[in-house]
Formats: sequence, C-alpha cells, structure tokens
Amino acid sequence: MAKTLYDKLWDAHLVHQSDDGSALIYIDRHIVHEVTSPQAFDGLRIAGRKPWRVDSILATPDHNVPTTQKERAHGVSGIQDPVSLIQVKTLDDNCDEFGILEFKINDERQGIVHVVGPETGACLPGMTVVCGDSHTATNGALGSLAHGIGTSEVEHVMATQCLVAKKMKNMLIKVDGKLGLGVTPKDVVLAIIAKIGTAGGTGYAMEFGGQVFRDMSMEGRMTVCNMAIEAGARAGMVAVDQTTIDYVKGRTFAPKGDLWEKAVAEWKNFVSDDGAHFDSVVEISGADIKPQVSWGTSPEMVVSVEDKVPDPENEADPVKRNDMIRALQYMGLKANQPITSIHVDRVFIGSCTNSRIEDIRAAAEIVKGRQKSGSVKEAIVVPGSGAVKAQAEAEGLDKIFIDAGLEWREPGCSMCLAMNADKLGAGEHCASTSNRNFEGRQGYGGRTHLVSPAMAAAAAIAGHFVDVRTFN
Amino acid sequence: MKSFTVIQGIAAPMDRANVDTDMIIPKQFLKSIKRTGFGKNLFDELRYLDEGKPDQSCEGRPINSEFPLNFPRYKNASILLARENFGCGSSREHAPWALDDYGFRSVIAPSFADIFFNNCFKNGLLPIILDEEIVDKLFKEMYAVEGYQLTVDLAAQTVTTPSGESFGFEVDAFRKHCLLNGLDDIGLTLEHADKIHAYESKRRAEAPWLFDVVK
Repeated sequence: MAKTLYDKLWDAHLVHQSDDGSALIYIDRHIVHEVTSPQAFDGLRIAGRKPWRVDSILATPDHNVPTTQKERAHGVSGIQDPVSLIQVKTLDDNCDEFGILEFKINDERQGIVHVVGPETGACLPGMTVVCGDSHTATNGALGSLAHGIGTSEVEHVMATQCLVAKKMKNMLIKVDGKLGLGVTPKDVVLAIIAKIGTAGGTGYAMEFGGQVFRDMSMEGRMTVCNMAIEAGARAGMVAVDQTTIDYVKGRTFAPKGDLWEKAVAEWKNFVSDDGAHFDSVVEISGADIKPQVSWGTSPEMVVSVEDKVPDPENEADPVKRNDMIRALQYMGLKANQPITSIHVDRVFIGSCTNSRIEDIRAAAEIVKGRQKSGSVKEAIVVPGSGAVKAQAEAEGLDKIFIDAGLEWREPGCSMCLAMNADKLGAGEHCASTSNRNFEGRQGYGGRTHLVSPAMAAAAAIAGHFVDVRTFN
Repeated sequence: MKSFTVIQGIAAPMDRANVDTDMIIPKQFLKSIKRTGFGKNLFDELRYLDEGKPDQSCEGRPINSEFPLNFPRYKNASILLARENFGCGSSREHAPWALDDYGFRSVIAPSFADIFFNNCFKNGLLPIILDEEIVDKLFKEMYAVEGYQLTVDLAAQTVTTPSGESFGFEVDAFRKHCLLNGLDDIGLTLEHADKIHAYESKRRAEAPWLFDVVK
C-alpha cells in the first residue's frame, strides 16, 4: 500500500503497538536545552535511573544565554541574571553527571538547539528527533519525524529511549509554482498559517510538498517546518531529495565512507509514495504569496505588506471578533491602517526560525551601504550558532551590519522569547524574524510583528514596514 | 503522579480562543528548575497590573480586578472553562504545572493544542474536549449562577452540571488507565524493555550510523 513520508517514519520506529491504540516509538536523537530539562534530570535521580542511551543525547544552552560579548566573555559565571545563571549551570552539571555531550556556553559549536542539530549532522534524514521545545519540528526539513515534547516526556525518553505516542493523521500542504522575487520561506509559512489558522494542523503530521519546496534550500525548508507548530501541527516535514543529501554530506556527525552510501540508500526511501493517502490536503499557489507581516497577537493574524490592518467589523464569528478587538488594543493599531504605516521601535533578526547563514545574508544584502533609521532604537542581529557566526564573519557580514548601525551579537534564542536581557519595552513595536507574536512574548507589553529577515532589515532602515520587493 | 477519579468543583472562565502557553505562564518563570510553585504566576500578565519577576512574592502586587480569576466568586475554582485551541504555542510543561499548582484539576474546551493536551495527562490534570455548543452552554450557565459547580467523572467519562444534565467525553484508553491509577508511564514502558532492546539491536545492524557517534 502506498505510504506517506510520515507513515514510513512511524513504521520504521515502531517498537510496540498496544491494542488500545497507543504505541511505543523509538527515538534516535534527543536534543536538550536548559529550560525544559532540569526537572527531568531530577526525576531520573529520584527514581535512581540513568539515560538509556547517552550517545543519543546532545545538549546546548540557548534560551537564557546572554548575547552581548561583554556578558559572554566570562562564560557561565559571567551571566548577570542569577536565576538564568543557575539554570545554565544546572544543565552543565547534569550533562557532566550523566556523561552527555554538551556544547557549553562559549563552545564554538554552541547555539540554538534547532540550528545546531542539523548543522552538526546530529539530526539526520529518517530519524526520530525530540526535544523539550515545540520548534523541534525544524528538523523535519531533513525528512525526519521531529517534534516537541514536554518535560515528563524528556524524562521518559531519557529513561526508555521511547515515547508513548498515538499515530497522527496525515496532512499535505502543497505549494506549487514559483515564488516571486523577494518572497521568502518565512512568507510562505506565514501565508500557510494565515490560511489554515493556528489550530489548522492540530492532530496532524504536516508534510510540505510541491514545487516551491522542491526548489527551496534546506535552510528555507527548516524555516517552514519550524513554524508547523504555529499552524497547530507538532511535526512538519519535507521529503528527502538530492538537496537534503547534499546538505548532510560532510557534516560532523553524518556517516562517512561506506556507511554514507548505505545511509543515502535508506534515506532515499523517505518520501511519500505516489497515491499515498492524506487525510487533509491544502493547496496554495506559490506565485500568489507576497511578503507577510503579522498585525496581531497570534501567528494567524497576518496579512501581506500591501494590505491594511483588518477590521473586526468584517468578522462574523463573535469569539474571533473579540480576539481581533483585543489584539488591536494590545498592539495599539487601528483597523484599516496600512501595514506600511506601522513604525518600528526595535528590530530583531534571529531565532530558530531565521538565524541561519542564508537569513543573515538576506538581511545583510538589504542593509549594505545604508543606515538604520534614527527612529529605530535598536536593531540586533543574533546568529543561530557559533558556526553561523563564524561563517558570517568570514564573509564580512558582521561589518556590514555594524556599519549600518545594527548590532552583531553572540548566538542564542535572545529576543524571540526574551528569557535573557534582550527584550522589548512596553508598547514598543518590533519587526521580528521570530515565530510567535503572543502578548508579552518578547517583553512585557511588547508588540511583535513577524516578518522575514529581508523585511525586518528593510524596516530597520526605513523605520516602518516597507515592501522589500520595491525597496531601494 | 496523583490519580484522578471524580472531581466536583467551582468552574471559572478563560473566555478567549487561542490561549497560548506564554499567557498561561510567562517565560520569566520558566527559569525555575523546580516543578512546583508556578501557581502564583498562572496567567501572570492578566492577573496582575505590573510585570511579574521570578522569585518574587505576589502579595502586595496590584491585582487586575477585571480578570475573572480575581473575582471572589471564582475563588478556589478547580475546573477551567476555556475556548478553542487552548494551550497553543510552546511545549513548556510549566503550563500544566501552573494550572495544577493553582488548584485546577480539569480544563474543559472545544479543542486543545496537541503538546499541551499531552502534557496535562502527565500531571494529573484532565483536559476534556466537548462540542463548542456544549462549552458555550456551560459558559452561559456559569456566568448566570454564582458558585456554579461541575462534576467530572473520569471513569464514567461524564461532565455533570448542577441541574443533573450530563455530557459524555472521549478519552484515550491508555491515558485514562494511567490517570485513574496515578501511574508513572516510565515504569509501564520499561515493562517492554526486551522489545526496545530487540529493536535497537536490529537497527544497530541495519543503520550503525545512528549509534555511538554523538559523544
């Protein structure tokens, strides 16, 4: 019978199927960060358990780490926030105690978990990958089954190498045609979320198929899969093709020599068969997608840069209408005002969604030879990992940002969720390449607008949102 | 994990759709390395008028008197009535920890986000999905009657109103079993250790690149 990519990944990792529908799924790779793991390690200690397979786990601190060179210079002990310091230190202690490989704070391989996993080859096609973080779906770009889990499950996977799971349904998001100039993977995924809503993918594993994804780079696919959770789907994925294989080749933890050939032969199977059944199919025309900007407090509250802020009066559903009214109030926006009339106070280029080298290059290309608008208080560029930072610096991109008045920082999650010192002030509008525009997400009272790296960079120069397609 | 059998208690409203886990427990409180103590910061940005800080006492903080959980009538509520897609966003288990620590034992909504839904079951917190019309009806009855209580019976899979009207709900058999008996599912999984070892040996032979590389 024809199978989907998800069906194949599920079948290949099924350890036990119970009569009641629940199953045990084997986990190949477990990525760990400092926020969602301390209670899991405690649980292991209390029960007198040890990790089932230490070599399946890779850890790195990312959420709490400071991003200024000044604060980073002294390693863990240099972290100013005492509560953050304890959390990062606790990860170090736990990894040392259990013998887990950790890229510590100033290790050049440190970075955001979802950037580090693929770039080191720790996450590979055909794997099951979990992490106590909802953006784990990023790794699905490799043709793997990757999703976020809670802390109890972190402990469960450490103790048993398995996850108790129930098979999800299959959804195909098909985007065909060609993207227009200046339209990026971020715009594609925001357009998808706008179309199906933040609960559109609930209960589904979401495969992204169609010409747009075949033409997309691996890093672009990661941006798209990263935000599957913002469309409600725990797991997003893209079938393995030559782009996948070329990306993985030569990475630190990727197989070499004869094993490489053997692995590639297995990985090529991780595609949906012709005629495989999807429980839901959504089709979008790639040519119709325009640069996107979120206006509200949910990732589905997004329109194109050519549009106006929607009017709640036009919404028939009373619950939705109330949410829109509340969102406009929180965001300090008026119905029907043009998106390009929204001024930005801060700009954040980074996060597990958009902090890879292609994102950094796209932003640099926009700001090159220009100056940050005087009305923008701060614009920070935060590379996703030490490797991205080194690559960008080798290309001279850091200098381009600094010359344009932007700040070039050390790797970490930073202002995506503001667990470190990088945050918005109350009422400030931010052009952000991150993934969530929830109330208070980037700082108490902060107002987030989700955009692509190019759109964020253009807003930094203009001081308000502008259409990158006509920005010069 | 504590078991869940029958809960009778006051129902309180969280009357908006897409309540995200950042709203349930803001990020600054995730810096704790403990599982407990999150209740005082549940819905922090809605409950209080100032910005909450970790390790801060909440006594004396300015209260948002317009937020329903601060109304005397919803004091000691143990059942939260909510709207669609409750618990969307991050995978933080701190969200069910905060609800549990505050005193909630069950959340009733037309739909939940997947990861949050899953996390609830690991913490003795029962998420119940009822049709939107039924949830709407419960909201209306709750608003109309002060001290409105619901009874949740997990074994019978019913939610019963003060008038005796009962609504059935679905729950996964394995999760129900674990919750009714307060079972730690790590122990249950380890009963299949032989199967896990067998799978692992097979994969070690077939796909050795998956093993002993990251260390």
